Amino acid sequence: MTLKQVVNNVAEMPASKKAVVDIKKLSLTFQTADGPVYALSDVDLTIEEGDFVSFIGPSGCGKTTLLRVIADLEQATGGEISINGVTPHEAREKRAYGYVFQAPALLPWRSIERNVTLPLEIMEISKEERVKRAQEALKLVELNGFEKKFPWQLSGGMQQRASIARALSFDADLLLMDEPFGALDEIVRDHLNEQLLKLWARTNKTVAFVTHSIPEAVYLSSKIVVMSPRPGRIIDVIETDFPKDRTLDIRETPEFLEIAHRVREGLRAGHSNDE
Amino acid sequence: MTWTKLDKFCLVAAIAALLALIFPLAGVDGDTGKQVAFVGDIPGLAVAMALCVIAGSAFTWLGVGSVTAGMVILAIAVFGCWQAISVLYDYGVAGYAGPGFWLFIASLWAFVWRGIDVIANFHSLDRTKQHLANFVVPVAFGVWLLFVWEVVVSGFGVPQVLLPPPSMIGERFVNSTDILAADFHQTFVKAVLSGYVMGCGSAFIVAIAVDRVPFLKRGLLPLGNMVSALPIIGVAPIMVMWFGFDWQSKAAVIVIMTFFPMLVNTVTGLNAAGKLEKDLMATYASGYWSTLFRLRLPAAMPFVFNALKINSTLALIGAIVAEFFGTPIVGMGFRISTEVGRMNIDMVWAEIALAALAGTAFYGAVAYIERKATSWHPSFRVRRH
Ligand SMILES: Nc1ncnc2c1ncn2[C@@H]1O[C@H](COP(=O)(O)OP(=O)(O)OP(=O)(O)O)[C@@H](O)[C@H]1O
Ligand SMILES: [Mg+2]
Repeated sequence: MTLKQVVNNVAEMPASKKAVVDIKKLSLTFQTADGPVYALSDVDLTIEEGDFVSFIGPSGCGKTTLLRVIADLEQATGGEISINGVTPHEAREKRAYGYVFQAPALLPWRSIERNVTLPLEIMEISKEERVKRAQEALKLVELNGFEKKFPWQLSGGMQQRASIARALSFDADLLLMDEPFGALDEIVRDHLNEQLLKLWARTNKTVAFVTHSIPEAVYLSSKIVVMSPRPGRIIDVIETDFPKDRTLDIRETPEFLEIAHRVREGLRAGHSNDE
Repeated sequence: MTWTKLDKFCLVAAIAALLALIFPLAGVDGDTGKQVAFVGDIPGLAVAMALCVIAGSAFTWLGVGSVTAGMVILAIAVFGCWQAISVLYDYGVAGYAGPGFWLFIASLWAFVWRGIDVIANFHSLDRTKQHLANFVVPVAFGVWLLFVWEVVVSGFGVPQVLLPPPSMIGERFVNSTDILAADFHQTFVKAVLSGYVMGCGSAFIVAIAVDRVPFLKRGLLPLGNMVSALPIIGVAPIMVMWFGFDWQSKAAVIVIMTFFPMLVNTVTGLNAAGKLEKDLMATYASGYWSTLFRLRLPAAMPFVFNALKINSTLALIGAIVAEFFGTPIVGMGFRISTEVGRMNIDMVWAEIALAALAGTAFYGAVAYIERKATSWHPSFRVRRH
């Protein structure tokens, strides 16, 4: 396996594919009682169709905030952002997003199946179709057989998988995942990483994925965005060139370790800037 | 076996029963100057007391570990209670009860306490058995309280105007079912139910409207809290002037009483949904009504039911008290106020018993629906796989 490792300033990249997310000079300042909090500053980023982009950076650097800006849950205070050529708000109205939050956010009065069909219900899809799609989505995260259970009857990891199934149940243009596997053990995590990769390879979905784990970021991504602590900035964007049908074994290859090293260096540099 | 391992309740029961055999059963009749009754003349009571001594000492050593042992104790206690009642009424001890009698009651008390305690701590995976145990405990306790009431009132010869014994109230209750039914129909079916439905229903709808207007939401909640703290029952005479003597004025009082608790709780409940869940609905571009029905109303249900339960009690109180201010010649409140004037205290108590039954059943029905409707809520759910 050969690896072409391209490191680029994203803004200068030739626009070969359709840009799903296009962010220019984006900044966001929270006004709080203790003065302004500069969560994001000068963020430039393009996510192309079919990209799997991982965001990695220290806690509190603005990863969640960036995802929320993309999903129109937070308003940028400066710069420009467009999703599929329209504003995030319009994209949201067009139901472009499948968002997996940091916590499962399942509705306790709905069974697992009805939690998964929630977005389909809102989108007014017929009942048979809803049940069919819920079945498929639950199968993907290996929760088939738990349809009639309630969220509190499932373990934390299972709940998180159910929330992933919910985001997969409808065909979102853009899958936004905020540390979806943070609460899971290594083995389950590896397994779900493989599943997610397969799903991505098969459906060619565009994914924005937040993680704290360097191996996870390198293994999953076609593009890794390294962020620095507050004010959140992008300090490095690393493109990887692993084949889409990669397996967990690539984690032992020199190319993999080299990229992981590069990510670590980036994170370390961000930290020293901070001091 | 050490001292601490002895079953103290059973020990108390045994000692009290033993002393009961020794001390005089009843006082002296003022007219004849003779002792009213002796244990020796009453074989049933003597047997009961002896049983208490034997069982008490036995269980002091053995301990009351199992439900079976608890049942045995309760069975002995029931036999004892029966004998105590019979002594009061058949042997003329009523009004003359002495230390021996009260010691015997104390012994029964210790037994009942221990028996109920054992059954209350019963845990079983068999659901019918568990339900049975959960049912027996409050019933047994309630029956015991009635027994104590009966015995104390009769034993000390408390005048009936002050407090009639439950047996007398029960008799009156059974003999006046037609009056009670008419009163129940007037007060509960007509006034309470209609007032409750109108008050809670209108408050619920207003709450949803208020929720959309931020300044109302801010301004109304403190106002609502203030109004619910006022003794609204004071408006009853005015309502009678406005709506006449019949049930409509009572329903109006209930509407006023129940409106604000429901409004305040529903508005609070509509804001109970978490931020994350609201964000989730936003990412699906869920509209106002869709979010209301799929997220905010279900999340508000525990608050709504809380108000429904509070209001079920308020409504009954409101209707009864409002009837004191004018009513056609039927109704629970009317009956209470007139029968008090005629010194028919047993009828007053029969109405109170009816109100207690109706109130409990009403509250229980609301609580049951709550349990079914919000079974997902942490306070109800049972982990079952
Ligand atoms: N609503 C808000 N109001 C004020 N400050 C906020 C708000 N949301 C986030 N912040 C601040 O913005 C910064 C970035 O937060 P964010 O949640 O994006 O971090 P993160 O990178 O996702 O961290 P983690 O990895 O711990 O999840 C933090 O310093 C946080 O305190
Ligand atoms: Mg975060």
